[in-house]
Amino acid sequence: MSRFSKMFEGWRGERQWSAFSPEINSREFIDLSHGTLLYLENITVSFDGFKALDKLDLYIDKGELRCIIGANGAGKTTMMDVVTGKLRPDSGTAFLGQTVNLLNMSESEISEVGIGRKFQKPTVLENFSVFDNLELSLHADRSVKAALFARLTGEQRDRIEEVLEIIGLKTERERIAGNLSHGQKQWLEIGILLIQDPYLLLVDEPVAGMTVQETERTAELLTSLAGERSVVVVEHDMEFVRSIANIVTVLHQGSVLAEGTMNEIQEDPKVKEVYLGSTESSS
Amino acid sequence: MQSKSFIIETLQGDTGGRILIAVLLASCLIFPVFNLFVPESSVFHISTYLVTLFGKYLCFALLALALDLAWGYCGILSLGHGAFFALGGYGMGMYLMRQIGDRGVYGDPLLPDFMVFLNWTELPWYWNGFNNFGFAMLMAAFVPGLLAFVFGWLAFRSRVTGVYLSIILQALTYALMLAFFRNEMGFGGNNGLTDFKDIVGFNLQSDVTRAVLFVITGLILIFVYLFCRHIVKSKFGRVVVSIRDAESRMRFIGYKVENYKTSVFVLSALIAGIAGALYVPFVGIINPGEFAPLNSIEIVIWVAIGGRSTLYGAVLGAILVNYAKTRFTAVLPEVWLFALGGLFIFVTLFLPKGLVGFFSDVKEKMRKKA
Repeated sequence: MSRFSKMFEGWRGERQWSAFSPEINSREFIDLSHGTLLYLENITVSFDGFKALDKLDLYIDKGELRCIIGANGAGKTTMMDVVTGKLRPDSGTAFLGQTVNLLNMSESEISEVGIGRKFQKPTVLENFSVFDNLELSLHADRSVKAALFARLTGEQRDRIEEVLEIIGLKTERERIAGNLSHGQKQWLEIGILLIQDPYLLLVDEPVAGMTVQETERTAELLTSLAGERSVVVVEHDMEFVRSIANIVTVLHQGSVLAEGTMNEIQEDPKVKEVYLGSTESSS
Repeated sequence: MQSKSFIIETLQGDTGGRILIAVLLASCLIFPVFNLFVPESSVFHISTYLVTLFGKYLCFALLALALDLAWGYCGILSLGHGAFFALGGYGMGMYLMRQIGDRGVYGDPLLPDFMVFLNWTELPWYWNGFNNFGFAMLMAAFVPGLLAFVFGWLAFRSRVTGVYLSIILQALTYALMLAFFRNEMGFGGNNGLTDFKDIVGFNLQSDVTRAVLFVITGLILIFVYLFCRHIVKSKFGRVVVSIRDAESRMRFIGYKVENYKTSVFVLSALIAGIAGALYVPFVGIINPGEFAPLNSIEIVIWVAIGGRSTLYGAVLGAILVNYAKTRFTAVLPEVWLFALGGLFIFVTLFLPKGLVGFFSDVKEKMRKKA
């Protein structure tokens, strides 16, 4: 049975039939009255019997900056895949606000509704200038027809300038994105997310491979973004996590092991046991 | 006036394109004039054979342009563009067949010769309407477009990419070839459609008709070039290139990648169909051989040699390779395929950006030295 249903997993077209059910996948329907932005409940994902996520429950509040840590294979990236629609979980529910069910939406629809994702490896549009990168990512009509006749409005131009300012690439606007330094690419990718006006930013290892100064700037950038929007950061660098996060969630074998401030986490006996003191040595 | 500024805007920063269009315009003038008005005894006379030959090359250039749009800009390595080309060709072929009227060998006013030969008594329903030039031309573009739409809709939605897509398209063109070989299909089977007499009332064999066809093909090539260039420069074009380079990034930005890919693929198939329709009057025949899988691979080689993702590179590649083919097959026919294969390997290894890329690299180096 599971083999049979796996066969059709790649057949994305089936999702289109959800058009028969009432559409609540647009931004107007997001209901944040309870103060919680993202609800993940009882999510299980298994690959050939291995449970990448095991009854995961995770809640992200509006405006929160949350760090998620965990060893390799703890399920951090799988969790992001589920939220962004890349993976369908075997069971569980995922909601944005009270009403928007993420599990029957495609990647592009989820992005449209306000969840932006930064990849582990910086992924920008290498062939185009920094400005073009942001222009293509602007929150606007994504249809083919709109793209054929698109012209930048003054308002959009201002918005691009604004984001350039935030990510600190104002002087680099005409440079080809492929020629940027590693750190600049990371910032540009954050800018690509930002310009879509997302409710939630999922950021996968933003400071991997960055210099100390770049890491500091990134920390400033991410903390400045939280508040208006929610930011979820997956990171290995404990120093960095300590510098930005109020609340840290520790994932272990696909479910939440502990949640709390950095100090609480480090004192947690369960965490100590799992990590054999490795969190202490790296902090 | 407005159209003039549109052309200037479209060609901004496209030196290669400007040269190409100038050359095409010049040949649209030179070929007919030197063919029709210069006496045959003069050294400047251009024979009708050459006009036809280069007319054919222009059709191939159009086809290369179509493939470059899909492959060079959207990363869809289509090994089935020969099928769209041939379908367009059959559209024109059916029109020309109906134009023969009762001048065929059997003299049947309605049925083409091969149908009389097969003892058919009435015209198959899908041959209706093809006596109308406009309808036939519409079909020559519409049918390849529809096929591309259905195929693209299914393939891109299921996220079939890369080698798998290329192989399925090879299979598609092969299947169509086998189908068109069958007499029961009603497209002339093995022999295809040939023995054409005239097109919209003008004798196909006459020099003047050929020259006019040449000019029309040249102008269509220029128009399609400008159109493609405009598309590529638009936001749509930049989205498409980004899909080629970072598909999942674009998906997560919120673009429906499959819609963009399908649009490009359909557009490309339409152009290929038009190229096929223009090709048939020059060669005077269309048969299932045009669906041969090898043809589709050759198109890819033209584009690779000329320079992928530069529209003029594709045009240049198509004309150069086909000229070489004409020359080679006349002198050493058995060596041609080896030469083509060798050329492809050489270009892939040493000139990954094709001839156009090679020249611009050389220019860059010269500028640095100076």
